[in-house]
Amino acid sequence: MHVVLGGVVDTVRTLGWSGAAGLLKNGLVLGSLYALIALGYTMVYGILKLLNFAHGDVYMVGAFLGYGVLTAFGGPLNLTLGMVPLILLMFAAAMGGSGVLGVAVERFAYRPLRNAPRIAPLISALGVAIFLENSAQLLTNGFQYNYDSFDLGGTNGQPGPLIKPVFTLFANSPLPVSVSVIDVLILSTAVALMVGLIVLVNWSRFGKAMRATAYDREAASMMGIDTDRVISKTFFIASALAGAAGVMVGLKLGTTFFLMGFVAGLKAFTAAVVGGIGSIPGAVVGGLLIGVVESFAAGYVGGQWSDIVVFGLLVLFMLVRPTGLLGSHAIQKV
Amino acid sequence: MNDSPNTPDGEARIGVDSWVAEAEERQARGRGLKGYLRIGWERTPDPVKLIVFLGFAASLPFWLSEGDLYSFALLTMLYLVLGLGLNVVVGFAGLLDLGYVAFYGIGAYAYAELSSDHYGLHWPAEVSIPLVMIGTAFAGLVLGFSSRRLLGDYLAIVTLFFGQAFLVFANTSDPVIAGVDVTGGSNGIANIDKLTFFGYHLNSSKQEFFFTLIVFVVLLTALHFVNQSRTGRAWRALREDPLAAAALTIPVNRLKLTAFALGASIAGLAGCMLAAIQGSVVATNFTTTVLIIIYAVVILGGLGSLAGTILGAIVINVSYYYLAPQNDHPDIKRWLFYGTVLLFAALIKPFWKGIAVLAGTIAFGLLAHAVVAEWAGRSWTSGHPISGGKWLADWVVIPRVSHGNFNNYLYIGLVLAIILCLSVRGWWRLALLPPILYLVAVVWENVLLLNSGITALLLFGAMLVALMTVRPQGLLGTSRVEIV
Repeated sequence: MHVVLGGVVDTVRTLGWSGAAGLLKNGLVLGSLYALIALGYTMVYGILKLLNFAHGDVYMVGAFLGYGVLTAFGGPLNLTLGMVPLILLMFAAAMGGSGVLGVAVERFAYRPLRNAPRIAPLISALGVAIFLENSAQLLTNGFQYNYDSFDLGGTNGQPGPLIKPVFTLFANSPLPVSVSVIDVLILSTAVALMVGLIVLVNWSRFGKAMRATAYDREAASMMGIDTDRVISKTFFIASALAGAAGVMVGLKLGTTFFLMGFVAGLKAFTAAVVGGIGSIPGAVVGGLLIGVVESFAAGYVGGQWSDIVVFGLLVLFMLVRPTGLLGSHAIQKV
Repeated sequence: MNDSPNTPDGEARIGVDSWVAEAEERQARGRGLKGYLRIGWERTPDPVKLIVFLGFAASLPFWLSEGDLYSFALLTMLYLVLGLGLNVVVGFAGLLDLGYVAFYGIGAYAYAELSSDHYGLHWPAEVSIPLVMIGTAFAGLVLGFSSRRLLGDYLAIVTLFFGQAFLVFANTSDPVIAGVDVTGGSNGIANIDKLTFFGYHLNSSKQEFFFTLIVFVVLLTALHFVNQSRTGRAWRALREDPLAAAALTIPVNRLKLTAFALGASIAGLAGCMLAAIQGSVVATNFTTTVLIIIYAVVILGGLGSLAGTILGAIVINVSYYYLAPQNDHPDIKRWLFYGTVLLFAALIKPFWKGIAVLAGTIAFGLLAHAVVAEWAGRSWTSGHPISGGKWLADWVVIPRVSHGNFNNYLYIGLVLAIILCLSVRGWWRLALLPPILYLVAVVWENVLLLNSGITALLLFGAMLVALMTVRPQGLLGTSRVEIV
């Protein structure tokens, strides 16, 4: 442990302020992805009190769907379509496909268990997660696939437009922080989706039905709300957000892998818990926090420790503030 | 409401009462072969069942070869011990512990450190095993403490993350104590001592098997009495309704922690056994895959049922052994598969419908094979089933050369077809079964047989979902009615 701490001090000295700013930027980009996944967890948890283990794998499927569209239009090096329509199409396919997958999962694995003991849907969710992961392994032969966002849209060995820096901070320091097109794209898309979701939940008729169902499913159904439909739609939205996050991570990090959903799902759930499960702004705040913490942990302590640091944060929140940052104390109804 | 598995006719049933829960089973009792079997099973006293099982198990070392003894009997016993421990946490107390495999790992690593050249310690097993069990129980207590006030769901995610953090920790080569890397990084720890009790060495698989058998009997008996005890009854109360249990002055938190710690210490014991039997420990022994197998064992047999755990361990371990990628027995895999299909058809009631489905499947296959051969050409149908499946060559479509993503489309098509079949009812479903069964066979021969390790996990995942929807109590558990 002493060695690790000494290493941290050394790293802080070498990285300096510009290094910290770079880590913060990476953390925010990563955190907005976690936030998108965490939103799905928190929505489903809010409405069904169900921890959807399969959600991380829905995100993985989204990443592969985006990759599928990319390959269908010629691959990163010789695109048969313009950059902007291509990326829009990737998002559309991933969000639509993931959404339909989420609805199917809900219909066949969770709906029959609405009135079963609490542990049954959890085990069923675990089963779905295993099924999706192994199906993906079977279909992709267990290989990593590369979005190759470096070359995406570029010609003759020139890097594509996605990684061009929009602006650079600390340009004169040894570690300049450049914010690239893809970073801006991810942050702005994530913010747009989150704002859209908050508007939808708080100010639309469907959002009202959703909140009513989350508050008391039985009473909501007595008021004429088709709760099954509301739950299906919730799953669609939650899974679509995860699918969007999948494409974004593919564009940012380049690789997709059948196991990528497992750890991302764990961290996103941690984000949802840290923010306060059931709370939509909480998921956003929690996601950004987890992203930044993970990025700093990777920068200062070492990449292999970031999972453990995030886990420590989860345990800390469990002990100190189990309702999360923005969650409220739920009074248990009998 | 009508989708609830417990109320097929939409009639509300109130209260957790075994009399109510078993009402339908009681009505069906005594009819036909199944009824006789059930009555026979129920009327046999538990000790007699145990003695029959033990007699069978004790005979194994005398007619199995050393290798088979290791891969079937010894590993099944290991999964049995693991399943019994998990059954305490998930079955008795109803806590979803997804970090169970981490305690298994902690136990294995701890034993490895106490009895190998890693630290130069060679403690005898009668000292190290109790120490390790106490240590893992303590680890369980600490982990359970962090989520003790919370719902089962939080516990699930904290423990799942704990398992992942443990894997990362075991795989990194950074943590160094006394100049030696604690876990040996990704190389793990090798050359672990065999079990030694009071100077007596357990060297062969045979001796180790008898040792695990003794551990199993002691554990089973102890758990049986724990289940009957005050604590056991309190756990069941807690499992059914924590709030009501708390209102009855049952110390909910303490009981949760007790169950958690007991489960963890049993996992630690299993870890010691694994380390000693295998002679080495690596982080890959404790991945999510292993967790899934243990869960499959407990849930297939029935949560909370000790006899069910035994059955689950045997079924899961034997099928996993044959499906595991390193075992090249395509013929046995094939028989297992078609046997399961036949079993499925036999479960369709009434039985003539099952026979009709089977006949339909065979006819559909012959037709499909002929149609494909006619339209798409011989290259699509002239492939050979891998080793020994010659009798299938005229029935299953196997392309001679691979056609792009054909296998992937086939697999996705199968999943979609099954979803379609689940969405329709009555005669439509029956009519869809033959093409689906045929598609299953085609996918099996073209895709799954070649990736049987993945197939095993796919099947376990699908089994968890299917069991939860159709028969949440597993094969031998008693059904429960949720309080309304």
